[in-house]
Amino acid sequence: MIETIQFEINGSPTQLSLDPNTILMWALRNELSLTGTKFGCGLGFCGSCTVILDNEPVRSCMIPLSDAKGKKLITIEGLSKNGSLHPIQKAFMKNDALQCGYCTPGMIMNAYGLLLKNPEPSRQEVIDGMEDNLCRCGTYGRIIESIQMAGKEMKGGVAV
Amino acid sequence: MKREEKITEQLSRDMNNLREMDRRNFMKRIGGGLVIAFSVTDMPLLAGCSPQEDEKRDVNAYLKIGEAGRVTLYTGKVEMGQGPITSLPMMLADELDVAIESVDIIMGDTDICPYDEGTYGSLSTRAFGQVLRATAAEARAILLKMAAGELSTDPNQLQVSNGLVSTISDPAKQVSYAELTKGKAILETVKEKPELKKAAEMKIMGSSRLHVDAELKVTGQAKYSGDIQLPGMMYAKIVRPPSLGAKLISVDTSAAEAIEGVEIVREEDFIVLLHASQDTADYAITRVKTEFEEEIMEVDNDTLHEYLGKNGTEIREIGSGGDPDADIDASGTLFVSEFKDPYIAHAPIENHTATAVFEGDKLNIWASCQTPYSTKEDVAEALGIPQEKVRLNEIFTGGAFGGKIYNPQAIEVARIAKLSEKPIQLVYSREEEFLYDRLRPAALVKIKSGITADGEMVLWDYNIYFGGRRGAKHFYDIPNHRTRNLNPSGESKGHPFYTGAWRAPSNNTNTWARESQIEIMASAAGKDPLQFRLDHLAENQKMTKVLEAGAEKFGWTPAVGPSGRGYGLACGIDAGTYVVVFVEAEVNKSTGHVQVKRAVVSQDLGLVVNPQGVIIQAEGCVIMGLGYTLSEEIEFEGRKMLTRNFDTYTLPQFSWTPQIDVVNIDKQDEPPQGGGEPAIICMGGAVANAIFDATGARLYQLPMTPERVLEAIRAT
Ligand code: FES
Ligand code: FES
Repeated sequence: MIETIQFEINGSPTQLSLDPNTILMWALRNELSLTGTKFGCGLGFCGSCTVILDNEPVRSCMIPLSDAKGKKLITIEGLSKNGSLHPIQKAFMKNDALQCGYCTPGMIMNAYGLLLKNPEPSRQEVIDGMEDNLCRCGTYGRIIESIQMAGKEMKGGVAV
Repeated sequence: MKREEKITEQLSRDMNNLREMDRRNFMKRIGGGLVIAFSVTDMPLLAGCSPQEDEKRDVNAYLKIGEAGRVTLYTGKVEMGQGPITSLPMMLADELDVAIESVDIIMGDTDICPYDEGTYGSLSTRAFGQVLRATAAEARAILLKMAAGELSTDPNQLQVSNGLVSTISDPAKQVSYAELTKGKAILETVKEKPELKKAAEMKIMGSSRLHVDAELKVTGQAKYSGDIQLPGMMYAKIVRPPSLGAKLISVDTSAAEAIEGVEIVREEDFIVLLHASQDTADYAITRVKTEFEEEIMEVDNDTLHEYLGKNGTEIREIGSGGDPDADIDASGTLFVSEFKDPYIAHAPIENHTATAVFEGDKLNIWASCQTPYSTKEDVAEALGIPQEKVRLNEIFTGGAFGGKIYNPQAIEVARIAKLSEKPIQLVYSREEEFLYDRLRPAALVKIKSGITADGEMVLWDYNIYFGGRRGAKHFYDIPNHRTRNLNPSGESKGHPFYTGAWRAPSNNTNTWARESQIEIMASAAGKDPLQFRLDHLAENQKMTKVLEAGAEKFGWTPAVGPSGRGYGLACGIDAGTYVVVFVEAEVNKSTGHVQVKRAVVSQDLGLVVNPQGVIIQAEGCVIMGLGYTLSEEIEFEGRKMLTRNFDTYTLPQFSWTPQIDVVNIDKQDEPPQGGGEPAIICMGGAVANAIFDATGARLYQLPMTPERVLEAIRAT
């Protein structure tokens, strides 16, 4: 059955008339053309589909669209503001913290969620917070540095 | 294997001739400007590069200097994380003397880029890059000739900077490349020996540049094949067997078809479910009832290596010297070992994916692949249409590592687009990705080696069953030796799964086995493992230098293993590069957990085009190498794969990350060698040797899981 579900996405009110059980990841990618959110494993193991739902990083391949009802969603497309990149994005670029780039949006969104809770994490705290996001190209070291760099840059300030 | 036969055929084909057809089409499609097409019939500049016998060189490049002065490089290479989108324009700009910012690059579009064999074998820089440099150097010469006419002087009275030609005596007399090429449609084909720049003349090569595609990737704008969305597109799910080789007995799609919007297309046993929503397609495919007859194959994880040993009956000798069957001196010691490697998967985070649409009779495809041209040929053949009717489009690939040389998803999406007459997207599930992956072949290595009472290696009898021969040949001074590959023909032959090229194919297995055996002997001889190697490398100055540079960076001090420090090293040669990895590991003796704390990569890869890019590739090799070393193993029973997702196939994670230092030997005047693969070959051996150094336990089977480490510790 089709239901109309309203939520906020990257700052704009949106509604989708869809089966509420539709996996959030596919709704974002295929209904809203927000293809920065990536499909990697479909079962919550890789983190490439990570988005922010009411300030919490969630794996959008594991939750139904109905979970977004009335909430605020942020995807990778919503991070830069007025053409200027978010400090996490800038730090990833500065440190060359990516290769194929496929895991990158999920990494950045998970880092965003991490910095919301812990604005200046230690190296170990970054590792603990990012542990379940997978990168096959092996960019972990540079991602850790980027997240710490962004944290310092933001000085505990609100990210967006 | 049809596709393998084709690759073999391509390997033997004379691919040094630019195809007339390609060139004419190319001119038609990209329009005016000066176009340089490079074809090398005789390639002196490649003399210094040593691709493996089973690799092939790419030699065609096009570059266009447009009216506005922008330079466009058209290449069949693909960007999948290894960085050519950044490094190739650097090579071009430097040789042509233009600003790096004025170079655009178009990659892997089969309608407008020249033929390319594929992005693999670490060939992009060492083979294609050299051709590109030569092309640019010749383009520069042609432009200088044109400028000399324009400025009424001699070409050798001219200088160039940022695409502006001026006379040396009077720099005010100048003309830009853009002015020279304006309004003309000229095609030049170059067949002369090019003069490449010396290191001292390089302005761009040798200085680090950040990835130019980074902004696209951190903002989610970079397009991968699954990000293409077409009007009216349907998502496809294919009815799959429970194991490879299973035959379809019956199928009942009625329950799936009862779901609104589901369509079924079928061509014999190729049965496909379509829906306008991926989600519904994913659900509906679970409603299809099937009955398969599975193929029986008596092999599983436990019996695998016995199976390989039994079936390795075909023998190919790779090298020998002295008397490999010699009885070594009674005073010597003989060491007989068996090393066991499992099947492992490429597991890129982006699964095999493709999107396709027919526009009239022309099929447009976006496929996650590293071989757009051969994929185009495969698709055309499968559909029985001419190759010009298939276009693979430029797209980013989300990791490949050798796993996207073969692209069944592209053929399938094409068939479905034809059957359904609709735009189609096909995204492999992670389960399909594992099952249809061309796995790194499992292998068994048997080594018999010997040393004299003085600790001198005198015998080396090396036999690799099934794994492949790249990196099998040793490079130490040993008077009596032999290297053989058993069951070398047809990598997939005899395996329960498809097998293929996994980052530095077979060299991970070979380097791990060889370097473990070397240290078994070093320890028995009471020698420091670094010194033991150096003692047997008197003839090999290149490897000696790489070892010494790495040892210095690492802070190696001599000690006989096991020293308790957890230090390990391994060295090898891959893609023309000499490489050594030193690691320091901590082994938890009660849990068997291994933590690599730091790694030093030392390598001689000739000219380094983008130092930062090379460092990043080496870091990637260290991290990815920890996977095959410590955790990755496909679980299976016969032709049924039990590994289905990342819960049971453990990839390296954040917490595994060691401190990594990379030393590149300064060889800027030598031809470039491979950078994306070499360092990974040393990880297995370096970590195995570090575990031995820490605990005295020698492991003979990868991956070195905590259980296996504990078992080996108990056995000491
Ligand atoms: S795709 Fe969602 S966690 Fe992997
Ligand atoms: S950059 Fe390729 S998977 Fe992370």
